[in-house]
Amino acid sequence: MIRNPRDIQRYNASERANHWVVGICFILLALSGLAFFHPAFFPLTQLFGSPTWTRILHPYIGVVMAVFFLIMALRFARLNYIAQRDIEWLKRVGEMVNGDDHNMPEQGKYNGGQKMLFWGLVLGMSLITITGVLMWRSWITVPVGVIRVASVVHAAAAVFMIGLIIMHVYAAIWTKGTIRAMLYGTVTRAWAKQHHRAWYRQVTGDKR
Amino acid sequence: MALQSLDIKRRSATTTPSPQARETLEVAKLIDVSACIGCKACQAACMEWNDIREEVGTNVGVYDNPNDLTAHQWTVMRFDEVETDDGGLEWLIRKDGCMHCEDPGCLKACPSPGAIIQYSNGIVDFHEENCIGCGYCITGCPFNVPRISKQDGKAYKCTLCSDRVAVGQAPACAKVCPTGAIQFGSKEKMKEYAETRITDLKERGYDNAGLYDPAGVGGTHVMYVLHHADKPALYHNLPKDPTISPTVSLWKGITKPLAMAALGAAALGSLFHYVMKGPNEVSKELEDEMEREDERLRALEKEDAK
Repeated sequence: MIRNPRDIQRYNASERANHWVVGICFILLALSGLAFFHPAFFPLTQLFGSPTWTRILHPYIGVVMAVFFLIMALRFARLNYIAQRDIEWLKRVGEMVNGDDHNMPEQGKYNGGQKMLFWGLVLGMSLITITGVLMWRSWITVPVGVIRVASVVHAAAAVFMIGLIIMHVYAAIWTKGTIRAMLYGTVTRAWAKQHHRAWYRQVTGDKR
Repeated sequence: MALQSLDIKRRSATTTPSPQARETLEVAKLIDVSACIGCKACQAACMEWNDIREEVGTNVGVYDNPNDLTAHQWTVMRFDEVETDDGGLEWLIRKDGCMHCEDPGCLKACPSPGAIIQYSNGIVDFHEENCIGCGYCITGCPFNVPRISKQDGKAYKCTLCSDRVAVGQAPACAKVCPTGAIQFGSKEKMKEYAETRITDLKERGYDNAGLYDPAGVGGTHVMYVLHHADKPALYHNLPKDPTISPTVSLWKGITKPLAMAALGAAALGSLFHYVMKGPNEVSKELEDEMEREDERLRALEKEDAK
């Protein structure tokens, strides 16, 4: 890939590393968690050494993800405040999904959909972390009624988040020229102007 | 195939039917609380037959010893001193341990295939070699019975001496009970026997005597004759209408297919969206615009260099 010196930096190295620590943890947690959730996925435990190893490792990976997610969320929270233009964008999201973005309102660094994803993941991570700790019998003992509720909420939050991440990954694949932002940090000017015009103006000073 | 009396009819985390062509006699243990003298011979026999020893603990002021079930103590005599309405005192003693539910909450909650199994004779057994130590069985149990071992991280509980029953023997506790308070046989026979005991108790003034075989868990393969069957909670909080918690049923029931359908739809929906709508590429005009800008700047740079 020929890199253009005029490409725009979207993520710095530290942000990218942070994202991928969370991403790797998420994949490991989803694979090991699904193994406990449904018998059809139980063979996934073999990826972690054994079923018992899967049970031992899952919560520790969860702790790593929770810590790095918190750091990432604090970094990006301010950029994800919902503004009027995000609501406009969300109202017209049907056109976007239909493959026609000509009339979409102009977006800052993140569009309304990305912001919803961000807050959805913040909610999901809060629920899954708290309930996960409550279910961690090796270290924590709470009344069984609490564990029962935590177990359902943990599963529901996990499914919710896996669904969000499927959308997140698909959106990155669907929107060409996006994944490089998280791999080596830059996007092309054309990409920025097309998808995040307000951000493009802000970082380039280009008034058009 | 296992010994006939150990044919498996249900297996944890398994979605296909178990072999069920053969049917064995449904068994049950009947504990007649009114005939129990609290001697703990059953506890001793359990430890001896199963070769398990809990470490010596400390006395907390009650007769229960040890004061709870553990991975090394699969049955415990629970002693309750209850004041009656007329100011009298009743000393109620209940042998606590696995109830071997017909619809076992532990088995329903267990995520590991074959770690918990139910034999066709009704006994619910843990196969510790398949246990992963997650503790979901404890979450699922309506009677608070399974315990995770601190030694090996596996779950343990009463096996109803499945090894003895398999060869036609009664469980160790039933064999050793000096007063006949613990009986063992076919579930049908045990119910018949319980009736005679209940009639006897009623004649002696215990109007509410009855059999504890809770329907909420499909009946149990360990049953009690209680002199106060209307108030099972008197016997160390024996639940009145135990069922698998609705929360556990939700978690292990409808949540699973719903979640799988939702995630499958999300993944397939994404694929077909791409195939049908095509990728979201940067427009040609914008690319050309940037290209022209790049060329203009390059030309400027060249002039500067001159």
